[in-house]
Amino acid sequence: MTETAFSSESAVDPSLMKVSSEVAIQISNMNKWYGEFHVLRNIDLTVHRGERIVICGPSGSGKSTLIRCINRLEEHQQGKIVVDGTELTSDLKNIDTIRKEVGMCFQHFNLFPHLTILENCTLAPIWVRKIPRKEAEETAMHFLAKVKIPDQAHKYPGQLSGGQQQRVAIARSLCMKPRIMLFDEPTSALDPEMIKEVLDTMIELAQEGMTMICVTHEMGFARQVANRVIFMDQGQIVEQNEPEEFFKNPRSDRTKLFLSQILGH
Amino acid sequence: MSDVHAQTVAYVAPSQIPPSPPPARERGAVKWLRANLFSSISNGILTVIAILIIAYALPALVQWAFVDAVWSAGSLSECREIAAARGVEGAFACWAVINERFNQFLFGFYPEELYWRPILTFLLMFAAAAPILFNAIPRKALIGSALFPFVAYWLLWGGPAAPVILAIIGPVVGYVAFRFVEKAMHGDAGATGMVVGALAMVLWWSFVPGLVDAGPALEPVESARMGGFMLALIIGITGIAASLPFGILLALGRKSDLIFIKTLSVIFIEFIRGVPLITLLFVASSVLNYFFPPGTALDLILRVVIMATLFASAYMAEVIRGGLAALPSGQYEAADSLGLDYWKSMRLIILPQALKISIPGIVNTFIGLFKDTTLVSVIGLLDPVGIINPIRADSNWNGIVWEFYVFVGLFFWVFCFGMSRYSMYLERKLATDHR
Repeated sequence: MTETAFSSESAVDPSLMKVSSEVAIQISNMNKWYGEFHVLRNIDLTVHRGERIVICGPSGSGKSTLIRCINRLEEHQQGKIVVDGTELTSDLKNIDTIRKEVGMCFQHFNLFPHLTILENCTLAPIWVRKIPRKEAEETAMHFLAKVKIPDQAHKYPGQLSGGQQQRVAIARSLCMKPRIMLFDEPTSALDPEMIKEVLDTMIELAQEGMTMICVTHEMGFARQVANRVIFMDQGQIVEQNEPEEFFKNPRSDRTKLFLSQILGH
Repeated sequence: MSDVHAQTVAYVAPSQIPPSPPPARERGAVKWLRANLFSSISNGILTVIAILIIAYALPALVQWAFVDAVWSAGSLSECREIAAARGVEGAFACWAVINERFNQFLFGFYPEELYWRPILTFLLMFAAAAPILFNAIPRKALIGSALFPFVAYWLLWGGPAAPVILAIIGPVVGYVAFRFVEKAMHGDAGATGMVVGALAMVLWWSFVPGLVDAGPALEPVESARMGGFMLALIIGITGIAASLPFGILLALGRKSDLIFIKTLSVIFIEFIRGVPLITLLFVASSVLNYFFPPGTALDLILRVVIMATLFASAYMAEVIRGGLAALPSGQYEAADSLGLDYWKSMRLIILPQALKISIPGIVNTFIGLFKDTTLVSVIGLLDPVGIINPIRADSNWNGIVWEFYVFVGLFFWVFCFGMSRYSMYLERKLATDHR
C-alpha cells in the first residue's frame, strides 16, 4: 500500500506508450444497485485504446464493481457500457464476445488448482478460441516465458508462490490475446517482495501498448505507468487527472484526505 | 561461538546450522506406540482394556467360525452329527449350507447350464470399469465401457441381438436430436437441447427395438429366475453408474437461474429424499404398472433399478451441491472472464473440482445404495437376503440363521470396502492443491 513497496529500476519511456483516439470502452451514465444499495452512481468513463488507467479509492467505493461490470461479472441496471464496439446487454452472445476480448486478473489469482500451469493457460484458447492444442501450448509457453516462469509450466498452481501465481494469471489472460486487460487489486494479496515482480510484468505489458484498467493502491505504479488516475468514493468518480497533477494538486478534499492517508507513512 | 555474540544485542549467525536426525523416541515403532496407544494415561488404560476385550472375544469367534466349523454336509442334522463326532460342544458354524447352496447365492434360480453368461458379464464388467476407474488405460477403451450395458443386458436376459443393436443406436439418435436443436438455436441450446436429446433417446428405446427380433438369439431368461449376488450387482452397479450423471444434472438444476428447471429439481430432490426407499420399491412393484398401457409393463428388475437410481441420485445431487458450494466464487468468475460458456465452465473447471471435493460423499451414497439393494427382498426379489428364505424353508437346513447373514454380510463388506479404498486412492491421486 505504500509508495516504497514498489520502485522500478528503469523509468518507463512514455513515447513507447501511445494512446490512440480510438475508443476501447465507453461507459455512459451507468448505475448499479445491490438490492437497495446504490453502489455505482452516474459513471461516465471513456477509455481510449492504449490507455492505462489506475482506479483508486477507499474500500467499498465501488472501484472493483466498476471494472467487474466491464466484463459482466456484475450486471449494471442503468446506462450503457460499450466495449470494443459491442454493447453489454443480457444477450449471452455479446457477453461471450466481450469476454474473449477482455482479460482479467483477480486479487486472489483464481488459477484453476486442478490443472497444471500450462493447462491453465491453454484451456480457454483451446475451448473458446478453438486453437489447436499444439499451437495453444506454444503461445502459452511464449507468454509464460514473458512473465519469467516457463520452467514451472508443468507444476500445479498450489506449488507456486503468490507472485508466481499472479504472473501465471496474467499469462493465462494474455493467451486469449485480449485487447483490454482489467486488473482487480492484483498485488493486494501478495508479500512486499512479490509485489515488484508482478508490477514489473504489468509495466512491460503497458509498454507494449495494452489497454489497461487497474484497480490498485500501488501509487508508485500509478505515477509511473498510468496516463490517468481515477479516484472513486461512495460509488462515484470523484476526481480524475493525469498522475502528475493528481498526486501534486488533488482538487477535492476527499482525494486529499485519501492521498494523505495512503502516502502518509 | 554463540556465547560471544550472546553478550551483545547485534547478532549475525556465524554459520548455517546443519540438519541432524530427530531423537530416537521420535522415530519408528516407539514413536508410533507412544503417539497412538500410550499418548496419555487415559489412552494407555483404554489401550489395555481394548486388548483385553479382543483377547476375550477373538478366540471364541475363531473357534465358532473356523476350528469347530463344519464345511461339508448334506443337512443341518448331518452337520450336528459330524460336530458331535469331533467332540464339539456348544455353538459351531455349519458352513456346509453355503457350500451346498453356493450357486443359488450367486445366481438365484438362473438356469444352471447358462451360468457362463452371468460369469462372462461379471468379467466383462471389470474390463468395462477399468478405463473409467484408472486413466492409465487408453481412452479409446471407453467405447467398450459405453457398449457394456447393452452387451450385459443381452448376455443376462438373452433374446435376439437385433433389438440390442437398435438400442445401442438410441444414444446416437439422442445426440443427433441434441445437435439439431443446438443448430436451430444457433449454438445456444444448453438445457433445451439436452431435454430434447434425452426424450428422443427414451422414445427410441421405448418403441424401436421391439419392432425387430432378428439376429443371433441367446436363450431368454426371465427376470424372476435371477437372484443372489448377481441381482445385487445388477441393481447396485446400474444404480451407481446411472445415479452419478443424474445427480450432477439435478445439482446443477438446483443451482440454475432458470426458475422452471430449478423448481423441478428442488421438487424432485425433496420428494425422493423425503420418502423411504421401501415405499418407492413398493410403488415400483405394484402401482407403477397402472401407469403403463396393458401389456407393455416394464420388467420388475428394470422398475426396481429405476427407483433405486432415482433414490440415489436425489442424495447424490445434494452431495454434489455441497461440492459446488464449497468452490470459491473466484473459480466461477475466472472461468466466466475467460469467455467459457456455462457448460464448458462446468465441465472443465467447476465439476472436476466440485466432484473431487465430494468424493467421500459420493462414495458414501454409492455404498449406501449398494447395501440398500437388499431391501428388494421385501418386494419378493431373490437378492442375497431374499434367497435366504427359500433355503431356510428347505427341511434339510431349517434352523440355520447366523451362517447366512455372516456370509452375505461378508460379500457386501468386500465390495463396499473395495469402493472405500478406491475412493481414498482417487482422492490421493487428485490432490493437486498441495495444501
